[in-house]
Amino acid sequence: MTDAFRNRIDLELTVNGEAVELTVPAGRHLIDLLRLDLGLTGSHAGCEHGVCGACTVLVDGAPVRGCLTLAPQLGGADVWTIEGLTDRGLVADLQAAFVARNALQCGYCTPGMLVAAKALIDAGGTPSRAEIREHMSGNYCRCTGYEAIVDAVETVARDRAEGAMS
Amino acid sequence: MKAQVGGYARAEDMAHAIRLLADAEGMGRVLAGGQSLVAALNMGLSFGDLLVDITGLSDLRGVREEDDRLVIGALMRHADVATDPLIARHVPLLAQAAPLIAHEAIRNRGTIGGSLAHADPAAEFPACAVALDAVIRLTGPDGEREVAATDFFRDVFETEMREGEILTGIVVPKTQAGERHVIREAARRAGDYAIAGLAVVIRGGAHRIAAFGTGPTPLLCTVAMERLDAGDVDGAVSALSDALDPPSDTQGSAAYRRHLAGVLLHRIATELGEDV
Ligand SMILES: Cc1cc2nc3c(=O)[nH]c(=O)nc-3n(C[C@H](O)[C@H](O)[C@H](O)COP(=O)(O)OP(=O)(O)OC[C@H]3O[C@@H](n4cnc5c(N)ncnc54)[C@H](O)[C@@H]3O)c2cc1C
Ligand code: FES
Ligand code: FES
Repeated sequence: MTDAFRNRIDLELTVNGEAVELTVPAGRHLIDLLRLDLGLTGSHAGCEHGVCGACTVLVDGAPVRGCLTLAPQLGGADVWTIEGLTDRGLVADLQAAFVARNALQCGYCTPGMLVAAKALIDAGGTPSRAEIREHMSGNYCRCTGYEAIVDAVETVARDRAEGAMS
Repeated sequence: MKAQVGGYARAEDMAHAIRLLADAEGMGRVLAGGQSLVAALNMGLSFGDLLVDITGLSDLRGVREEDDRLVIGALMRHADVATDPLIARHVPLLAQAAPLIAHEAIRNRGTIGGSLAHADPAAEFPACAVALDAVIRLTGPDGEREVAATDFFRDVFETEMREGEILTGIVVPKTQAGERHVIREAARRAGDYAIAGLAVVIRGGAHRIAAFGTGPTPLLCTVAMERLDAGDVDGAVSALSDALDPPSDTQGSAAYRRHLAGVLLHRIATELGEDV
C-alpha cells in the first residue's frame, strides 16, 4: 500500500455559517462529525443506511443523508443543521406548524422532517397532499402516523403562497 | 456499526485515480456519491477498503453531444439527470427514470455511474441502459474501452468491469423522430426499489423492453418485443411471463412479480395506444 491513502483527514468546511477546521477518521460520516466532533446533537442517526431520513441535513443548499455523506468528501462544503436553521429563523413557520398540529411526539424524526419539508416549501407553489407525501416518503416517523406532518407542511406551503401574493 | 475503512484518497485527475487504484493492490474501491457504498461500509459489509474519491474529476461531470449520440458523465447525479435539458430532449427515458430513484436527499448525491457500476438488479438506470441499447465507457490501466449495456450486467452486483477500471460515462443514441420512451414500476412506497419494473423504447417502429427487479440483471425481453412489434399485446405479456424467472423474497413472490410485470406491460401498451 502507498501512503497516498490517509486514515485521518484534515478538513475545512462551514457549519451553520461558521468556519470549522478539524481532523476526522477516514470512515467518518457527516452525522458523527456533527454529533461527536462538533457536539451538534440536533441531527439524529437512526438506521445509518439511508432508509429513515432522521439524519437529513443541508449540504450546499440541498438536503442529503448525513449518514451516507462521508466527511472526507466535504472539504469546502457549506453544511446547515437544525441548530443553525433554528437560530436564523429559517424553519420557524414549519416548527410552529409542527407544534400546532402535534406533528411530533418523541421528536426523533423531526429535525430530518423539517429539513426535508424546507426543501419542498422553498421550491415554492402549493404542493398537493399526494405530492407532500411523495416528497416526505424518505423520512420515517414511528410516532405520529404522518397525517399531522402532512397537515403542517400543507399549512405552511399555503401560508407562504398567500404571503407571496399579498 | 461504524465504517472501518483502510484509507481515503482524493483523485486529482483520471491518471491519478487509475494509479491510486493500482497502488491499492486489490483493496481499492471507487467512491462516487457514496449512497450505496457508505451504506455498505456503515453496515460492516465491507471493511479495510482504500477509498478512491473520484468526485473531483470534473471531466466525468456534464453531458456532451457526440454526433447522433449523447455522452453522459458518470458523476451526473440522479437530481442532475432529472433536470438536464439535453437529457430531457434526447433521452427522455433517463429523465423519467431519475425521479423514481430513492428520495430527494439520495438523488442529490447518488450518481448515474455509481448506479451502473453497483448493478443492483432492481435499479432503474441499468434497465434504461439496456432498453436504450447504450454503451458503457470504461477507463483502466490499459486505456479506454466500451462495453454494450446488454453485455455489461453479469449478475447481482456484478458487471464486466475489471479490477482497477473506472466507469467514465454512458453513451446513448439520441432519440429519432417518432421514438417513444416509457418507464413504469411497482413499489410499495415512493422511492423504494421496484418490486418489478419495465423500461420500454420504441425506435424505428421496433420495441425494446428491459425488465428490472425480476431477476439477477436487467433482462432484454426479446420474444415479448417481437410480439409487441406484431401488435400482439396479450402474446407479449405471456412471452414476458415465460422469459422472467424472478426471485421470491419479503417484497413479493416470483408469481406476484411475474404478474406485476404483465400488468405493467399492459398499462404501457395502453399508454402508447397499442392495446386495442
Ligand atoms: C434508501 C435508499 C434507496 C435507494 N433506492 C434506489 C432505487 O429505488 N433505485 C436505484 O437505482 N437506486 C437506489 N438507491 C441507490 C442509489 O441510486 C445509489 O446512488 C447508487 O446505487 C450508487 O451511486 P453512488 O454514486 O452513490 O455510488 P457509490 O455508493 O459511491 O458506489 C457504489 C458502487 O459503485 C462503485 N462505483 C461508483 N462509481 C463508480 C465509477 N464511476 N466507476 C467505477 N465504479 C464506481 C463503487 O466502488 C461502489 O462499489 C437507493 C439508495 C438508498 C440508500
Ligand atoms: S440515519 Fe441516515 S437515513 Fe437513517
Ligand atoms: S415523532 Fe417520534 S419518530 Fe417521529
